[in-house]
Amino acid sequence: MTPKKIPSEIPAVDSKANSVLREIMSGDPVRIGLSILLGFFIGAVFMVVFNEDVVKSWSNFGADPSYALSTVWWTIQDGYGALFSGSVFNLGADNFIDGIRPLTETLRFAAPLIMAGLGVALTFRVGLFNIGATGQIMVGLAGATFVSTRLHMPAIIHMLVAVLAAVLCAMVWGIIVGILKARTGAHEVIVTIMMNYVATSLFTFFLRNPGMLLEASGGGTPKSDHPDGTAKLGALLGPDFNLHYGLILAVLAVFIYWWLMERSTFGYRFRMVGHNATAARAAGIKVENTFIWALAISAAFAGLAAANQGLSLDGGLTTSIEAGIGFDAITVALLGGSRAGGVVMAGLLFGAFKAGSSSMQFAGVSPEVLGVVKALIVLFIAAPPIIRALYRLPVPGPKIYEAAKKAKEAKVIK
Amino acid sequence: MKLELRNITKRFGALVANDQISLTLAPGEIHSLLGENGAGKSTLMNVLYGLLQPDEGEILIDDKPVSFSGPGDAMAAGIGMVHQHFMLIPVFTVAENVVLGHEPTGVLGTLDLPAARKLVKEISDRFGFDIDPDAKIQDLPVGAQQRVEIIKSLARNAKILVLDEPTAVLTPQETDELMQIMRDLAKSGTSIIFITHKLREVQQVSDRITVIRLGKVVASPSPKASASELASLMVGREVDLNVKRKAPKLGAETLVIENLTVLDDRSHQMVDGVSFSVHDGEVLAIAGVQGNGQTELAEAILGLRKIHSGTIHVAGRDLTKSTVREVLEAGLGYIPEDRKKDGLVGDFTIAENLMLDGSYSAPFAKGVQIDFEARDRIANELIQEFDIRTPSAETLAKQLSGGNQQKVVVARELSRELKVLVASQPTRGVDVGSIEFIHEQIIAARDSGKSVLIISTELDEVLALADRIAVMYRGRIVGIVDAKTTREKLGKMMAGIAA
Amino acid sequence: MSKIEVTPGMFSKVEAKPSFKTAITLLSSALVVFVFFGLLGKAGDVKFVWSDKRELIQLPQWVISSTTLCLTVGGLLLAIAAVSLWLAIREKKTPVWLVAVFGLLAMFALLGWLATGATQGVQMVFILSNTLVLAIPLILGGMAGIMSERVGVVNIAIEGQLLTGAFVSSVVGTMTGNLYLGLVSAMIASGLLSMALASLAIKYLVDQIIIGVLLNVLVIGVTNFLHSAWLDNDSAHLNFPGTFDKISIPFLSDIPVIGQVLFDNRITVYLMFIIVPVLWFVLFRTRLGLRARAVGEHPLAADTVGINVAMTRFWWVTIGGMIAGLGGAALTIGNVGSFGREMSGGQGFIALAVVILGRWQPIYVTLSALLFGFTIILRIWANQVSPGIPVDLITMVPYLVTLVAVAGFAGKVKAPAASGQPYIKG
Repeated sequence: MTPKKIPSEIPAVDSKANSVLREIMSGDPVRIGLSILLGFFIGAVFMVVFNEDVVKSWSNFGADPSYALSTVWWTIQDGYGALFSGSVFNLGADNFIDGIRPLTETLRFAAPLIMAGLGVALTFRVGLFNIGATGQIMVGLAGATFVSTRLHMPAIIHMLVAVLAAVLCAMVWGIIVGILKARTGAHEVIVTIMMNYVATSLFTFFLRNPGMLLEASGGGTPKSDHPDGTAKLGALLGPDFNLHYGLILAVLAVFIYWWLMERSTFGYRFRMVGHNATAARAAGIKVENTFIWALAISAAFAGLAAANQGLSLDGGLTTSIEAGIGFDAITVALLGGSRAGGVVMAGLLFGAFKAGSSSMQFAGVSPEVLGVVKALIVLFIAAPPIIRALYRLPVPGPKIYEAAKKAKEAKVIK
Repeated sequence: MKLELRNITKRFGALVANDQISLTLAPGEIHSLLGENGAGKSTLMNVLYGLLQPDEGEILIDDKPVSFSGPGDAMAAGIGMVHQHFMLIPVFTVAENVVLGHEPTGVLGTLDLPAARKLVKEISDRFGFDIDPDAKIQDLPVGAQQRVEIIKSLARNAKILVLDEPTAVLTPQETDELMQIMRDLAKSGTSIIFITHKLREVQQVSDRITVIRLGKVVASPSPKASASELASLMVGREVDLNVKRKAPKLGAETLVIENLTVLDDRSHQMVDGVSFSVHDGEVLAIAGVQGNGQTELAEAILGLRKIHSGTIHVAGRDLTKSTVREVLEAGLGYIPEDRKKDGLVGDFTIAENLMLDGSYSAPFAKGVQIDFEARDRIANELIQEFDIRTPSAETLAKQLSGGNQQKVVVARELSRELKVLVASQPTRGVDVGSIEFIHEQIIAARDSGKSVLIISTELDEVLALADRIAVMYRGRIVGIVDAKTTREKLGKMMAGIAA
Repeated sequence: MSKIEVTPGMFSKVEAKPSFKTAITLLSSALVVFVFFGLLGKAGDVKFVWSDKRELIQLPQWVISSTTLCLTVGGLLLAIAAVSLWLAIREKKTPVWLVAVFGLLAMFALLGWLATGATQGVQMVFILSNTLVLAIPLILGGMAGIMSERVGVVNIAIEGQLLTGAFVSSVVGTMTGNLYLGLVSAMIASGLLSMALASLAIKYLVDQIIIGVLLNVLVIGVTNFLHSAWLDNDSAHLNFPGTFDKISIPFLSDIPVIGQVLFDNRITVYLMFIIVPVLWFVLFRTRLGLRARAVGEHPLAADTVGINVAMTRFWWVTIGGMIAGLGGAALTIGNVGSFGREMSGGQGFIALAVVILGRWQPIYVTLSALLFGFTIILRIWANQVSPGIPVDLITMVPYLVTLVAVAGFAGKVKAPAASGQPYIKG
């Protein structure tokens, strides 16, 4: 009997039309769209329920129901309208420059989120849950600030050296995590949490110390001098806009990330380790070294974010310059599915949230609601069952959960 | 207690694992369930044990229909199961494992461990098991762990005992002991369902035999049926597992291993002073019961496991301290015993899997970039050449059947420039058609002048492929014999009795 | 033919080489104390104050030269390090209690060195009782961590559970005017959050670490929003619960030092005194605990003996969450008296580390949490007695200790085997 006669065991494929429909309904773009929609909707509920005007008008609902309903509408419109005009285009502006400025602000806020997000995304794809971007940014900031305030060099060169210092310092921090993980097997989640605290303390210590980073006229508060003009990331679109060359760094970072992960053999091996480390080991890959490399490169991206933060300011630095970017980077990476394009989109969304906050505040709506929206969106995307249950979407074919279930079943049964 | 399974059907998606299976079991009877890997035996037993729900059909105990929503129900009804992979918690003691789920308790739900110890002691003494109730499972040898599993069922007053492939991890001697235990249990009134694919064991103990193939009952032969009769019923055709091959043309000694000692992760000496060599154009098979150091030996040759002492040479080159990559580049091909764990990346496409150990150099790499064109071209060639049944090279490896997955691994390793091929359990969990194909490929590699080292626990496979056989026992080579050695003699060697 | 005799080498264990990790760590710490605190430290007297002025029984104060103290203690530490080295050479492990003694002595030297010349001296009661109070959220958060990891669910959401407890206890406590009601609602709210974690992880098989991180982000987002959009408008009626009264246990609270530290506390502390030993007892001495640990080690095996894996996981995670909620309440109505933005400030993450440091065992976890509590109060106190001291560096110490411990333990101490792995039933 020749092997050809044995019935092949190619997995059963559904009828074509059916599977196409399923793909569209539960495929990523639709699900992500629905998640974002639902996130904004629940955010609106929060805004409305905790708005004093609405509460007042609803306590007189019987007297004037249309007013009560319209307060609901106005609250949402105020809130999300302010978000739009603060982050995309200001419709009320007198000229185009003022009108488009919010968009450039979104880009400005998005840049560091994208860079740090790429760093976290890279480690996700190597199978590491690295939440150490905060610490890496802190250490990178220390490096960048030292070069930009204590050393003096010609323009551009100074800036490049400062960026390099940020990247190298952050990499040191990443490599420490990598070595601890590779040599001792310590869990990277715990290690990075601890390293974050150590880095924050260390940076504060530097900022407090006159011999290191404390400003010349320094007192008790930990604050540095402002960076030298020669070291600053200059304005990208002229003096009318705050947007600076950090955006270029971000664009470069995105391209490097894409090339590294999708085109290069390094990325191939990173992904191999992420999917199946034991198979990678048997294929001749030094998994431990891969962890170290991945954490180092990941930290380099965080270092770029640090450079962006540390070299764009007019005044001196305090620890608040980190602005939660390291933590947001985790959600950006999750939302972006750890892919270059996804991280860019996620970074832009979160950047828009940051850019729009102040105009929401100005419109009398607490911008904190965006924190809720943000968390919900990522939660819905990371947990497909929730969104499927809410929208009653069909379960995708044998692909995701079913496949996992089957694999497990097979294991149980054999 | 009388048990009857009536028309049990269980489907997983499009796959029908059990198709209208009926089975009866009388008190004190040993009923063997014979079938190939994947025939549906374990699915049926998981249905009986309440781990899976049948789609159709019913289970009757003493002619009354019962339904089990979980193993708890099955146990309450008097059914006990000894799983192929032991369901024991390594960090718990024997007593804790035995009573888990029906613990004797004192006030406030406190554990009554003395009572648990007494229970274990009692059952252990009754059948002469010699088990210490306070030993931790992780410190016990596999044979003893299996007896703990049996005690576990007996402690729950099981009247029906299901033994799922119980001999896979046992030496022939331990297997004989188990057979005796089974007979003793049957004599004391316990009914036993014995699931296996090993013909001689079925012949030894069965009162009745049911053969399952592709999810269906195909026959109920008499226990006196011959091995070849049983075999052909099991696989559905006359099987000739002997691959046609010419006499070997021996070349130079290419793989030379001297005095190799290897430790496991807990510093146990799993390979102890092993020496052998493989000639070009020859297949040397390492036979032995699972867990006698073969895994560690294979890992050490590949460079996955640090070598404690001794040397490994391939074509005169010392690879003792080499990394895996250096070993692979020195011309060693490796088919791991667990392809899902060590041989494939399930979430990679077939094309990506075919370049797993080739990402450092041409043809797959162009500098530090992947040469996508070459990758896809090679993938399509290998899919043709090795008869990998797949819709395309872009299919994920995890979506393939076991046989096709194994073909991907074989294709990748054999398509490289090899001097030596090391294949560990090359056909485990693979359908019969693929087994033949893979065996042919291995013999073809031998005939083209490569040194081939096969590590297998299946005596049939060893006898089908080997030119010489080395038997491993407790980390040592008991002896190296020629391929004409009888099964009986090999069996004794596998139990540590020197030739 | 004869059976091969089993001789050493055939699967027998090869003796491991001695490990000098512990000895070297101890030796270098001892040298720091001896040289840096003792030889190079500033000279002066240090005063150890053992009793509060309010106490019935007053213990005399100790006054000692700082140099003498640090050199003596440093000498003792060097001796312990030498013993550890000797043990390592003889291929033996340094016992845990010896390391604990080492740690206590080192702390003593540190306190003395910091308070050299300060008029208020080392106020032991103040330091110890604050250590305890500040450690409560960590301890209870740690218990939540143990309860979920022991059944095989990694709980990164402790931070969110603490924050939920803190928020709800403060708001409910203020609105109802009943702090006990606040306490109970904190537990319920945090329990509900844990149910979300549990069902997403157990039923929907979402990655446990991801879901934990996201629940934290969600809770931070929601509480920040409610804090700014709601509580800030009228904090007197929404976020001003005050704290529980301290309960002095008769007689016990009169014991010098210990009495004030342990037996003159708020109900949150006493609840911790009950929860920790009870959890230990349940885990290691009862049927419930045996089953829970079985689920965390080998869920399939537990399932085959009729234990409901999903339910066990669900309830242990949920009840763990309720205990963490209690820990959150300890932050507000057990200590500060009102809710502040992100007031858990990463303590949930530290609780996570504490769980590992304490090897998933309630008593050890409590001790590790106390170490962190100690450093929090040390930072505050050091600033008072010894201004100019680099407090940031002191702040780093517990994190560094955790790093060293996690790196050193890894591979030796095993987490519950199935921790983080979903159990998919056939």
